[in-house]
Amino acid sequence: MQFFGGSEISPSPPVPTASGNNGHMIYMFNRNGVCLLYREWNPPLRTLNAQQDHKLMFGLLFSLKSLTVKMDPTSAEKGNLGVPQLPGQGCSFHSFRTNTYKLSFMESPSGIKIILVTHPRTGDLWDSLKYIYNLYVEYVVKNPLYTPGSPIRCQLFNTTLDQYMRGIA
Amino acid sequence: MAPVAPRSGDAIFANIERVNAELFTLTYGAIVRQLLTDLEEVEEVNKQLEQMGYNIGIRLIDEFLAKSNVSRCVDFRETADVIAKVGFKMFLGVTASVSNWDAEGTCCSIILEDNPLVDFVELPDTCQGLYYCNILSGVIRGALEMVSMKTEVTWIHDVLRGDDVFELQVKLLKQVPEEYPYKDDE
Repeated sequence: MQFFGGSEISPSPPVPTASGNNGHMIYMFNRNGVCLLYREWNPPLRTLNAQQDHKLMFGLLFSLKSLTVKMDPTSAEKGNLGVPQLPGQGCSFHSFRTNTYKLSFMESPSGIKIILVTHPRTGDLWDSLKYIYNLYVEYVVKNPLYTPGSPIRCQLFNTTLDQYMRGIA
Repeated sequence: MAPVAPRSGDAIFANIERVNAELFTLTYGAIVRQLLTDLEEVEEVNKQLEQMGYNIGIRLIDEFLAKSNVSRCVDFRETADVIAKVGFKMFLGVTASVSNWDAEGTCCSIILEDNPLVDFVELPDTCQGLYYCNILSGVIRGALEMVSMKTEVTWIHDVLRGDDVFELQVKLLKQVPEEYPYKDDE
C-alpha cells in the first residue's frame, strides 16, 4: 500500500484493458459519520452489508487521518494518538493505492468527507474531488428540501454526478 | 500537487451569481414584517431571526468553503479576518473590519459600515427592542458551529437604534473537536 500516492515512480506495466476497469465508487460522509451518499458505477463484489461497509469505511478514514497527522514529520505539535482532531487540522491524507484500486479522499473543514474508489492507474483526483464538493453545494446544500445531515436523495445531484464520473472514467 | 491559494472576496464576488439589491432588501424586510405580525413579541422575533440565520449558516459554510478554497484557519483571529474580508464580501458585497480583540484572542468585534439589509429601513417606536439584522448573527453562529467552533454572537451597535455603525461581537466559547461517532460495541 502506498500512502500519499502522487509522485512515486513505478515501472509502467501494460495498461489493463477492458477488464482493468475496477469498480468506481463514491462515498460521502458528514462529520457525524452519517453516510450521505454511496454510489457505484461498475458493480464490485459486495462482501459486507451496506451498514457495516459504511461504518468500516468511515472508521478506516478516521483512524488513517489520525495516524497520518501524528506521524507528520514537519509538524511541531503532536498530541497523543487518539486525541480528537479538528477537521482540517494538521496534514491531510489524500489517497492510497493498492494493486487493485486507488482510494482518493478529501475532507472539508466542515467535516464533509468525499471518497472516490477508482482503478489504480488514475492520476491525482484532488480537482475532481473539489468539483464534486462544488456539485454537492449547488445541488444538495442549496436544495431547500434537503435536511442537512441526512442521506442525499436529490435526483439532480445523482444525475450530474453520474455524468461527471463518466466523463473522467 | 500545489495547494490552490484561497481566492479573495472580490474575485469570488465578481464571479458569483448576483441578485438585485433592492429585491434582496425588500424581501428581507417582508420577512421581518411578517414575523412581527405573526409573533407580535419583539423578543420572539429576534429569536426567530437568529434561528433562521442559524439554519442558513449551517448550509452557507459549505458554499463558502467550496467557493473560496480557504483551508482550516489556524486560530480564531484568522477566522474573524476571513469572515470579515472574504465572507461578508462574498455574500453581501460589503467589506467588514475586525477590531476590539480581547486579551486571550477569543472575542472580537466585526464592524460593518454598510449593510444592504437595512436600506430604506427605519424602526418605528413599537419595535424598539428589535434587532433587525439578527439573521446575520445566526448565520455566523451556524457557520462557525459547522467548523467546530461554538460561539456567541451579539449586536453591540446598530445603526437603526441610533449608532454610527453595525458592530457584532463574536465570542468563541469553545472548539469542539471531532469525536469518533460510533460506539465501540456496534
